[in-house]
Amino acid sequence: MSTHRTIAVIVNGHTYERPVEVRRTLADFLRDDLGLTGTHLGCEHGVCGACTILLDGEAVRSCLMLAVQADGATLMTVEGLAQGDQLHPLQQAFQAQHALQCGFCTPGFLMTAYAFLKETPAPTEAQVRDAISGNICRCTGYLPIIQAILKDRG
Amino acid sequence: MKPAPFEYAAPTDLAEALALLDRYGDEAKVLAGGQSLMPLMNLRLARPRALIDINRLSTLASIASDPQGGLNIGGLVRQRTVERSSQVHVAHPLLAAAMPLIGHFQIRNRGTIGGSMVHADPAAELPAVAIALRAEFVLRSTRQERIVPAGAFFVSYLTTAIQPTELLTEIRLPAWIPGTGWAIEEVCRRTGDFALVGAVALVRLDGRAACQEARLTLFGVGGTPVRIPKAEDRLRGHALDDRALGEVARIVSEELQPDTDLHASAEYRKEVGGAIARRALQAALLRANGGTRV
Repeated sequence: MSTHRTIAVIVNGHTYERPVEVRRTLADFLRDDLGLTGTHLGCEHGVCGACTILLDGEAVRSCLMLAVQADGATLMTVEGLAQGDQLHPLQQAFQAQHALQCGFCTPGFLMTAYAFLKETPAPTEAQVRDAISGNICRCTGYLPIIQAILKDRG
Repeated sequence: MKPAPFEYAAPTDLAEALALLDRYGDEAKVLAGGQSLMPLMNLRLARPRALIDINRLSTLASIASDPQGGLNIGGLVRQRTVERSSQVHVAHPLLAAAMPLIGHFQIRNRGTIGGSMVHADPAAELPAVAIALRAEFVLRSTRQERIVPAGAFFVSYLTTAIQPTELLTEIRLPAWIPGTGWAIEEVCRRTGDFALVGAVALVRLDGRAACQEARLTLFGVGGTPVRIPKAEDRLRGHALDDRALGEVARIVSEELQPDTDLHASAEYRKEVGGAIARRALQAALLRANGGTRV
């Protein structure tokens, strides 16, 4: 039993080793300890999807995990999508389709769509709607987001 | 920090986990997928002194067939693993069909079969499926292993027969009987929400297309999922025609004793319970006759 631990994670290809309090959520660890503030926190209880990241390749809510649970894992956050100044095709599609307004929910939608398209490269509109049903956007009305994800397929 | 302070351990073998449960008893919570516990801790509605993280108990994370054709599912198996498992789709089609109804895929990537059972939300799909399929729950402590049938496992709202020193290590599903028609239906406001009302139907026909056995389980209508024996009795030995199904819908509405809450009134749940039971039975009947989904 312990209240503090040192953990090692790989995030977007970089290895980080940090001491953490065991009650620190993975989302807070990414944002506050590693300075990766692209991952956003909306509801902090698993409803809004803004904090979605990839844990060993699978999309998960980073607010519903403790940082200590990610010890040894490989993570990808929204910062890992672009190559330097070159936006990822999915990000380009979001830009082209006006799939964001305030942008708060966008990191969660991007990571959700990234994981979804990896598994379902040529989705139907119905599949896209189902895939993003766990992410909340209060600006766009979702239609541009659906269009962006459909445009990026393949 | 969102959660209140706690002590944490992530044991890598079962004996170690059980010893910790024995030591901390009801001051400890078991952390599996965390999709229900972590929200409660983030909101500080749950403030356990000790958190026993079982995610490194890899022996609880596999699905195995037993010699009689049943399925033994480790308590830590992720919902998403079951959803993707061709073994489950063949061996237990109802369980496979229930998976996409649980939360969202990001939730199912972490959420476990055992966690959902032990959390025992009365509107959750998995407890209803467990009751419908007559699942058995293997509970381990440092002192003993005991096996509890699903019908006795779910006690009340968020309450099961599991003791603070016990861990749900395995869920055992008896062999699927070929030819069984099945369906799971639910009504909810949005995709991924907990059901306002849901129904699981299993139907077997005899050689003359009459109902040999029907099993009807409703959820979201009280403290635990409930079977409706009166409706099942009405169907046994009879043709599942419109008249029988109409009567069953009425019986279900009468038998249910749901509560009113923020999401729906008791009257609504009774009405919808009857309608959805009928819909589930119709879909199950179609499958029993060799058809596919309506």
